[in-house]
Amino acid sequence: MKRAIQVTVNGGVHELSVEPRETLLEILRGPVGLTGTKLGCDQQVCGSCTVLMNGLPVSSCSVLGVDAAGNEVLTIEGLATDGELHPIQKAFIEHGAFQCAYCTSGLILAVKALLDQLPAPEEGQIRHFLAGNICRCGCHLEILQAVRSLLQQSQQRKEA
Amino acid sequence: MGKFSVIGQSVPRLESEEKVTGQLKFLDDLKLPGLLYGKILRSPHAHAKILHIDAGQATKLPGVVAVLTRDDVIGNQAYDSHYGPILKDQTIVALDKVRYVGDPVAAVAATSPYVAEEAMELIEVDYDELPAVLDSEEALAENAPLLHEKIQKPRQGFADLSDVGHVEGTNICNHFHLSKGDVEKGFRESDHIFEHVFTSPAAQHAALESFSAVASFDSSGRLTIWSTVQNPFVIRDQIAELFHRPLSKVRVIALHLGGGYGSKLYPKLEPLVAALAHKAKRPVGVTLTREEVFLTITKHAAKIYVKTGVSKNGRILARECRVDLDTGAYAEIGPRVSKKSGYTAAGPYEIPNVLIDSYLLYTNKVPAGAFRGFGVSQSNWAHESQMDIIARALKMDPLELRRKNLLDEGGEFVTGERVHSAAMMECLNKAAAAVRWGTRSEPASKSAARGKGLACLIKATITPSISSALVRLNEDGSATVYVGTTDMGQGSDTVMAQIASEELRIPLDQIGVVHSDTDLTPYDLTTSSSRSTFHMGRAVQMAARDVSVQLACMAARLFNVGPEEVVCENQGVRPGDNSAPSLSYNALLLKNFGIKGANLIGKGTVKTRSTLDNGEHVTSAFWFAGAAAAEVEVDRDTGQVRVVRYAIAADVGKALNPLFCEQQLRGGTITGIGLALMEQLVYQGGLLINPNFLDYNLPRFLDVPEEIIPILVERAHPEGPFGAKGLGETALIPAAPAIANAVEDAVGVRITELPITPERVLSALQQKQEEKVKKSTLSRVS
Repeated sequence: MKRAIQVTVNGGVHELSVEPRETLLEILRGPVGLTGTKLGCDQQVCGSCTVLMNGLPVSSCSVLGVDAAGNEVLTIEGLATDGELHPIQKAFIEHGAFQCAYCTSGLILAVKALLDQLPAPEEGQIRHFLAGNICRCGCHLEILQAVRSLLQQSQQRKEA
Repeated sequence: MGKFSVIGQSVPRLESEEKVTGQLKFLDDLKLPGLLYGKILRSPHAHAKILHIDAGQATKLPGVVAVLTRDDVIGNQAYDSHYGPILKDQTIVALDKVRYVGDPVAAVAATSPYVAEEAMELIEVDYDELPAVLDSEEALAENAPLLHEKIQKPRQGFADLSDVGHVEGTNICNHFHLSKGDVEKGFRESDHIFEHVFTSPAAQHAALESFSAVASFDSSGRLTIWSTVQNPFVIRDQIAELFHRPLSKVRVIALHLGGGYGSKLYPKLEPLVAALAHKAKRPVGVTLTREEVFLTITKHAAKIYVKTGVSKNGRILARECRVDLDTGAYAEIGPRVSKKSGYTAAGPYEIPNVLIDSYLLYTNKVPAGAFRGFGVSQSNWAHESQMDIIARALKMDPLELRRKNLLDEGGEFVTGERVHSAAMMECLNKAAAAVRWGTRSEPASKSAARGKGLACLIKATITPSISSALVRLNEDGSATVYVGTTDMGQGSDTVMAQIASEELRIPLDQIGVVHSDTDLTPYDLTTSSSRSTFHMGRAVQMAARDVSVQLACMAARLFNVGPEEVVCENQGVRPGDNSAPSLSYNALLLKNFGIKGANLIGKGTVKTRSTLDNGEHVTSAFWFAGAAAAEVEVDRDTGQVRVVRYAIAADVGKALNPLFCEQQLRGGTITGIGLALMEQLVYQGGLLINPNFLDYNLPRFLDVPEEIIPILVERAHPEGPFGAKGLGETALIPAAPAIANAVEDAVGVRITELPITPERVLSALQQKQEEKVKKSTLSRVS
């Protein structure tokens, strides 16, 4: 039995008919047509499929589509505005924070959630916050460097 | 050569923007029109005869288009049943028996993945269980059950593997033997003999992108396969043989991969998916679940015995090694792993007497294949651990012991050949200095202790091999590079573009790269063995130079000078004496051909050899030389080991893109730390019980050291492009022994089994404590 749901993705409203067993990830990658969100472990422990739902990071592999109904979802495709990369995306490029980049969509959104929640996190807090995201190429130190550069930028903005 | 423009620059990856915006397409992001979804039914038994398969009910389920079982494969005129890169011991689906829990038995193609899943539950299979072989010791036992009877070889095998093979009537998939000098004599002359056994468990690559393959036949029978594969040309060769087609009728395409680390080499899904598409007469795609990835390929579990004889002043006089590798149910590329593991089993040292035996053994477990480090990380774990045990016994500094025996420039390798362009000593000295070797820093807590450890490595790259490249100068003066090298994250597209940009004096942003499409890109053996920069990079350099020569000849006619007097710069040409104004490439092509649309094609081929003209044997076209130094903190109360600081020095020849080099070294180190401290596949009988990321621990942000110091040593290799060599595997190999050595330095216990878990450290500490108590009690009594 399919169900009708309405979900807002990157600001656009989608009216969809979904099976109850379909996950938010399957809906995003299927009918919504956004493949930037990736399936990794299918178990909510690797972070590849991280999206922000109402501003909070969730593993879209483990959220049912019907439970996403009525919510606002931000995926990696919604981060850049008018062709201008988001500062986190720029920092990831500048600091070499990816190799294969399969984990990158999820990590960038996790970093966004971190910086939205904690304006000035300590090193330990950053590591704890990102511990749910696996990067098998091993770019952890470059990613931390990118996060620190973003914190510095916001610090400088505050001082200026 | 003087100053470079883009060589040596840390330019970001060409596809960076696509990668941070989620626009880069991985295979599973694309869907062909009419695509069917395939699912695989797998064996629940480690070893069993298949008595009967009934797929009748599954076939009737609405939405099911094809069900593939042995009944379709046996006697099929369109394709053979058996394949395998070295030994044809694999079948499209199981025929007479299954050989591990997870062995493919049947496959379904349906209009949705849900239907395919449902259909699988309707396939009935009756098995008759057989006794299973569960580890390498059991494989060698007398009267052990046999996994395979007689095994065929492919029509044309690999040049470096003509000597490998299954020992009929046994579970020995390959035996590699190497000897130098007389070990018995060496041991007799030694003052001290050390004998140890080390173990290293099976592990998983854990590339975040799963395995996917899509197969599609056109009406003329041409087969196209899109696959998550590092070496598409090997797949083409295997599939062409399997499906009785010339190479021109099989096309294999690899997009960017979401990590490979060796897992995405050699046939995985392709034979089964192609057979399924053949039956369904429609394109079929299969993407594995995470659990299925764990059931597809692993890193070899190993047991390594090392016996070493040394003089009292620390010279190694003899070393005997035996490496037993558990290769699981199918050979895959295992025989080459056992060979490579064997070659370097005695380590990067000059030892007069060496005896090496490496056995590759079939067991009823998940097949093991290529894993970053390729068998060398296992043997390195043994000899580098033992080096410190020896140093401790001789009361010698481990750094000094290594220096005394190290194989450096011009030294003689176990095969008798001379090693060159391998800055081993420089790497060792620099790694040690980076962690302030010889000093001790304070732990964060009272219950903890800090220590430092070293490890050196040497590894060979696959030799002989071939890589070819094309560079096309487009009519507007931009260029396109065609390479069979698969970019799986390492940045090969970018490095190839850098090389072409440098050679042709064309800005980097005007270079396009086409990779890994066997119909478009010239032959490349494989993206593995850290070989692409050295081989393909050189081929691209030659192809770009070929274009430069064509440009120079064209310009020479126009300028009325000799071709050697033409200078290429700023995407254009000018006569060296400036007797005429410079011309852009675009204008030159237009002038020369008189019409728009003419482009130039340059070709480059690199072929390495295993025998030189003078008869000297070449084990490796270049050598990986490197050394690691780890500083750890061990908590005596919990047994927890934390890597605090880590330095890894690698001889890269020339760092074409220093950022990418450093990423390889940091990234390889982090995987190495995972394998050293937490990763292992756990079996209960023949059942793998942790085939997922919840139960199989991977290094996360909290496990990564504060500091990993990559040290790029640049001893130019005469045959590498701009002197460059490979470094993709250098960092992973020495991580485990460097950490184990640091653990002993910190708390005085020696761990010989990987991974170095808190339980193992604690129990070793307890045992040490008990021995101490026993000793003091005994001394009081006496």
